[in-house]
Amino acid sequence: MSTVPTGVRRTAAGRSRRTGPLFVAPFLVFFVLFLVVPLGWGLWMSFTDSSLTGRGDGAFAGLANYAEALTDAEMWSSLGNTAVFTVLSSVPLVVVALIMALLVHTGLPGQWLWRLAYFMPYLLPVAVVWQIWLMLFQPGQGPLNSMLGAVGLDGIGWLTDTKFAMWAVVLVTVWWTVGFNFLLYLAALQAVPDHLYEAAAIDGAGAWRRLWSITLPQLRRTTGLIAVLQVLASLKVFDQIYLLTRGGPDGSTRPVVEYIYDTGFTGYRLGYASAISYVFFAILIVLSIAQFRLFSRREA
Amino acid sequence: MTTDTLSPRREPPVASSPARRAPGRPYRSTGPQAILGSGPAAKVVAIVALLLMTVMWLIPPAWMVVTSFKSEPDAAAPDGWMPKHGFTADAYQKILDQGNLPLWALNSLVVTVSVTALTVVVSALAAYGFSRTVFRGRKGLLALTLASIMVPPQILIVPLFREMVTSRLADTYAAMILPQVVAPAMVYILKRFFDGIPRELEEAARLDGAGSLRAFWSIVLPLSRPILAAVAIFVFITTWNNFLWPFVSTSDPDLMTLPVGLSTVKDSYGLQYAQIAAASVLASIPLIVVFMVFQRQIVKSVATTGLGGQ
Repeated sequence: MSTVPTGVRRTAAGRSRRTGPLFVAPFLVFFVLFLVVPLGWGLWMSFTDSSLTGRGDGAFAGLANYAEALTDAEMWSSLGNTAVFTVLSSVPLVVVALIMALLVHTGLPGQWLWRLAYFMPYLLPVAVVWQIWLMLFQPGQGPLNSMLGAVGLDGIGWLTDTKFAMWAVVLVTVWWTVGFNFLLYLAALQAVPDHLYEAAAIDGAGAWRRLWSITLPQLRRTTGLIAVLQVLASLKVFDQIYLLTRGGPDGSTRPVVEYIYDTGFTGYRLGYASAISYVFFAILIVLSIAQFRLFSRREA
Repeated sequence: MTTDTLSPRREPPVASSPARRAPGRPYRSTGPQAILGSGPAAKVVAIVALLLMTVMWLIPPAWMVVTSFKSEPDAAAPDGWMPKHGFTADAYQKILDQGNLPLWALNSLVVTVSVTALTVVVSALAAYGFSRTVFRGRKGLLALTLASIMVPPQILIVPLFREMVTSRLADTYAAMILPQVVAPAMVYILKRFFDGIPRELEEAARLDGAGSLRAFWSIVLPLSRPILAAVAIFVFITTWNNFLWPFVSTSDPDLMTLPVGLSTVKDSYGLQYAQIAAASVLASIPLIVVFMVFQRQIVKSVATTGLGGQ
């Protein structure tokens, strides 16, 4: 750095003062038009009676939407469903991914096959995932129920019984997306330095001991990151639930993002949908900060 | 882990995948195998577990492929894997003859390629601006960009849709493409990478009279190919499979992308299981072929960008 004459640095700095904004400008245009503006517009709409039909447009409603949201049993139940889904899906999405990565990383042959098998579902469009599982979940003689029958169990109304619908949705989600976390773990495993295992081997540590004392501690940072990303991703779930159950049966699987969608695009109440969006956004921010604190403290 | 995978001078660790080990070469007692231990029992357990999970993960797509080759009555009343009336490719024939599948695939391709190209160009330029240039408000803008990673796209659909209607963009390619170009996380990943490239390289070029754009184009970009590829692949996969925004922003069947179009198949064909399965198989092929060809790069790109907070 110091080898550059100050004169050149000064003109370079002067030039960068002029060219800098040019580099950032294109991004800024997109950023403002499609993130800042809708974010602000949504906030404004949340204080109005905006509707998709154009009637009642712009009429200022103050905090009425928010007041309604706080007493809206449907919003709370959709938030509850989102929370249940997040807990039920996040745990297996971290644990199963870890098990997969540990098994694949043992150096057994057939690497590309395992990788393809576990990651392929992640590459499928959600509409394909939905179609596949709709077939597997068919009531009566559907393939999954036939398998249950083969081991002497009764068939399940996978998507039609309020007791099982959420579990079915979780099952599909884990199957579909676990490959992504699996790859993150695989990358982390390959970064664990060999010499740690060499030292452990010299000390005569067994396989379990190496897993508990070397591998898992080395993966702690990755686990923290995957957990944070996973919880945030699960909280935003919409696609697969909407396609599989439309939120049913009886609203038992409807997540909050679907409630936003239903309110805005089926119920035409854009203002109210925006208010729910902002309640949801506030919850997300609080949770992220809490999670971040939790994991960064554990880190230290 | 993050710092490791994001630093430019070290290849992401996935690059040295054990898959590339020469066949037949004995495993040492350390490294990957150290997880297993050396006993044959552990190895057997691991292989059984691997096979079991692989079978579980492959059953759903296998069912889809098998169903797609059944006749419609067999597909509708499945009685195990084997069809009563034998296998047939009728469903594929019908889908390709009457379906909108090729059109949807073309729409997906237009949208995905446009989003990917625009995102990479716009994000790389911005990342370079944030990493290398000094101008008033740069720090504030960068902070704002980083903070916006927190904004879930799902909460923007209502106002964005409003914006599209107001600007008369609703039901156009532009409505599907433009909002998807905003990728603050990708800007962040690229900036982190550019930060790690030694400035001396550009300063030497600047001494020779090269401007910022020139330095960016002929020095920084060539050094950044791996990360640019990683970002491009990641954006490509997520855009190709994106459902919510294309679903909200278009109602015109001629503009539907594959995921959106496919979700309407049930309505338009009645419950034609074999045809649905055939459509699903056809819709899945592009990304799976891409994955098999670029497997190592894709694994790398997920590892690099996945931790960036998408």
